[in-house]
Amino acid sequence: MDIDLPLIWAGIIAFAVLAYVILDGFDLGVGILFPFFPQKHDRDVMMNSVAPVWDGNETWLVLGGGGLMAVFPLAYATILPALYAPIIAMVIGLIFRGVAFEYRWRTKRAEYLWNWAFAGGSMLAAFAQGITLGALVQGIPVENRAYTGGWWDWLTPFSIMTGIAVVVGYALLGATWLVMKTHGDLAERARSLALKCSFGTIAAMGIVSLWTPFLEPLYLQRWFGWPTAIFSIIVPLLVLGCLYLLITGIRTRHDTRPFLAALGLFVLGYAGIGISFFPYIVPPSLTIWDAAAPDASLSFLLAGALVLVPIILAYTGYAYWVFRGKIDPEEGYH
Amino acid sequence: MFENFDATILARIQFAFTVSFHIIFPAFSIGLASYLAVLEALWLWKKDEVYLELFNFWKTIFAVAFGMGVVSGIVMSYQFGTNWSVFSDKAGPIIGPLMGYEVLTAFFLEAGFLGVMLFGLNRVGPKLHFLATAMVAIGTLISATWILSANSWMQTPRGFEINAVGQFVPVDWWAIVFNPSFPYRLVHMVLAAYLTTAFVVGACGAWHLIRKTAPRRARKMFSMAMWMAAIVAPIQIFAGDMHGLNTLEHQPAKVMAMEGHYQSHPDGAPLILFGIPNSAEKRVDYAIDVPKLSSLILKHDLNAPLAGLDTIPDELHPPVGIIFWSFRVMVGLGFAMLGIGLWSLWCRYRGTLDSNAWLHRAAVLMGPAGFVAVLAGWITTEVGRQPYTVYGHLLTADSVAPIAAPAVGASLLAFIIVYFFVFGAGTFYILRLMARLPRDPTPDLDEGPIRTAGAALANPHGGHHGH
Ligand code: HDD
Ligand code: HEM
Ligand code: HEM
Repeated sequence: MDIDLPLIWAGIIAFAVLAYVILDGFDLGVGILFPFFPQKHDRDVMMNSVAPVWDGNETWLVLGGGGLMAVFPLAYATILPALYAPIIAMVIGLIFRGVAFEYRWRTKRAEYLWNWAFAGGSMLAAFAQGITLGALVQGIPVENRAYTGGWWDWLTPFSIMTGIAVVVGYALLGATWLVMKTHGDLAERARSLALKCSFGTIAAMGIVSLWTPFLEPLYLQRWFGWPTAIFSIIVPLLVLGCLYLLITGIRTRHDTRPFLAALGLFVLGYAGIGISFFPYIVPPSLTIWDAAAPDASLSFLLAGALVLVPIILAYTGYAYWVFRGKIDPEEGYH
Repeated sequence: MFENFDATILARIQFAFTVSFHIIFPAFSIGLASYLAVLEALWLWKKDEVYLELFNFWKTIFAVAFGMGVVSGIVMSYQFGTNWSVFSDKAGPIIGPLMGYEVLTAFFLEAGFLGVMLFGLNRVGPKLHFLATAMVAIGTLISATWILSANSWMQTPRGFEINAVGQFVPVDWWAIVFNPSFPYRLVHMVLAAYLTTAFVVGACGAWHLIRKTAPRRARKMFSMAMWMAAIVAPIQIFAGDMHGLNTLEHQPAKVMAMEGHYQSHPDGAPLILFGIPNSAEKRVDYAIDVPKLSSLILKHDLNAPLAGLDTIPDELHPPVGIIFWSFRVMVGLGFAMLGIGLWSLWCRYRGTLDSNAWLHRAAVLMGPAGFVAVLAGWITTEVGRQPYTVYGHLLTADSVAPIAAPAVGASLLAFIIVYFFVFGAGTFYILRLMARLPRDPTPDLDEGPIRTAGAALANPHGGHHGH
């Protein structure tokens, strides 16, 4: 029996990255929205709503990166040098926002500083992730197992657009998360921000989707060729469905529906990118089979992943369950 | 800027800088996580509130240190790709799965239960909360296991072959994970983390004993820390000696550099205590040495011949000066720690553990000793592996990414600025947290500085009564 290990691993890595995007998405989103909530009390509640889970959320990024090195080392070794500056910017953003979770409570005089670190770091990380996505979609040239492009190739109008799209999208996730997790005036303002971000997100998704097919003949062929064109009809329909649920959910003051609908939008957008890419991992240079590690590496890690990922999902679910429900502003976590 | 630099050198400086910052936090959080688990277990068992108070005090400090560990670790896991892409492509099939297992078995465990541990006591109750604390502690140990396996494989690679495109292909995972230097390095590093933490906790306790802020908790933590020092320091010295013998077997050039042996000694090599290695002339200037002692330590025979760096081609020498000194710093601190441990035993026996101000001052002074020893130890290990990344198989010069010096230089500069600012602030907050130990909420009725001093005066030889 022949098992296509690279294909299985492509699925697992794709899952890890998706898990990262939606989990850390709302968590970065809360940071991005910080400037819209100037009051200390609101900010305390906002931060407390993600404090118990942010580290777990970010661990999916480590799995995405570390996993890539393990199972697609050549992809890891070409994407990261190609995206040198955005990757460095992303980790620096993550440093600032990550430490802010604790530092912000350790000082009164410099609290404003760590508010900025939290908001700025979140924005920087989100923007850099968007740029990374855009640059990957644009394509990365590889020869002789090494990146052959220039140091600024990642910087194009398209990648800036995807950067903005991700920032706005994460803000939407953050706003709907706050609608779900908070009460009163804070939730009210989150609701109105969620509505604005919904329109922003859908506009950004539209622009990026229309732009993408013209970057690479491959994508054009995917979107308008048979049989993949079926998806080009289904995915937008589902997007419209999610959008409807999202906006009516916000308007009719549902607590959880807007968040779930926003997650749906992200999953669909992600699926759309996946469809355009497949089977490339570094378009247009490397397929998943070109980049895969030897089978001995893939099977060794797969054995563990099959057992461990379900366990991880179980206790991560438990951690979310422990902190379920609306945040009680009186319950001083710190 | 940076055009005149060599990208490889800049990448090495960047790796050394970021990993050195990173290791400071794990060295503390591995030990502190276990300490917290012990404190909580003692609280559940003995129902003495002092343990819960200590737990809550150190928990806050742990949260800050752990956060710094996480963010500096993320930098590490991406740096392999940005700066060491050739290494990643070639060694990724082996190093990658080991780090993958670290993420799956350790990082998720730590992160998943961290929230419950920090914020969940009232929500889940003491028993489940203790489980969460234990999971975090176990997670840090599992993490150390995998990453040290990965690092040890780079030092003493086994169980692989090299394929047509130059990648290391795993053949025998058992041999890879349990490579020859791994058990030694794991034991030595985990003990190092425990010692580091013991000396921080001890310094904090001693400081508050001197200041008389919270005698009950200060005494408790000082006493616990001094037990650790007295027990673990000798074990660590023994483990370090074994580690050195293992290194002599597998990476002799590293030991030659640690010992400053430029020349071979056919009939018994001297132990050079101090001196200034002079690589140009291939000798140690101003050496103070003990004849034949090195042969005795390394070969258990006064007259055993020991090879020197003259048996190895020049271009494969590690830089001797750095290793020679970093090794001495580590060993010196190891014996200083042993000294504090023994001194504390003596004071304990005399009944003056809580009152001997000189011991307390020494303990405060030794607070950062663990960090310095850990860094010195890693510098010995890593610089001693040069010029290879995968010992004997892949040169550092051939591991680096095809990046331009300005890109590496600019990011290096950014990391330096950000790290000093961010981790400087974090260190300041931790120190301030340690200094602000609130007064004991549940003081013993007969406690207080006056009684302690009085008792010491009235009964100066308290410890001798048993005889
Ligand atoms: C001896 C132990 C040890 C050593 C040598 C290293 N680490 Fe580390 N690392 C830990 C022990 C540790 C830890 C104790 O498990 C940390 C510290 C704080 C934490 O969150 O976990 C951690 C955190 C940590 C994280 C964040 C995990 C998270 O999101 O929770 C990453 C990505 C790395 N490390 C990666 C690395 C890399 C790539 C290293 C090698 C160059 C490395 N670490 C050396
Ligand atoms: C965490 C504690 C560690 C410290 C303090 C440390 C320290 C250092 C130092 C000082 C260097 C520079 C050596 C030189 O250029 O002369 C270095 C290089 C390096 N180390 Fe480590 N190291 C640590 C752990 C690790 C681990 C766990 C790994 C791998 C899993 C690793 C892999 C490397 C690599 C790839 C290089 C770059 C190539 C080189 O210059 O050798 N290190 N490290
Ligand atoms: C005095 C007794 C000690 C001896 C003889 C000793 C010996 C050694 C040797 C030979 C190495 C290098 C191994 C190699 O690279 O192959 C080493 C590394 C190291 N040492 Fe020590 N050591 C001592 C004390 C300490 C202390 C007190 C600490 C910290 C609290 C410490 C922390 C480390 C660390 C973190 C490393 C690098 C990781 C490793 O290779 O294990 N050592 N030690």
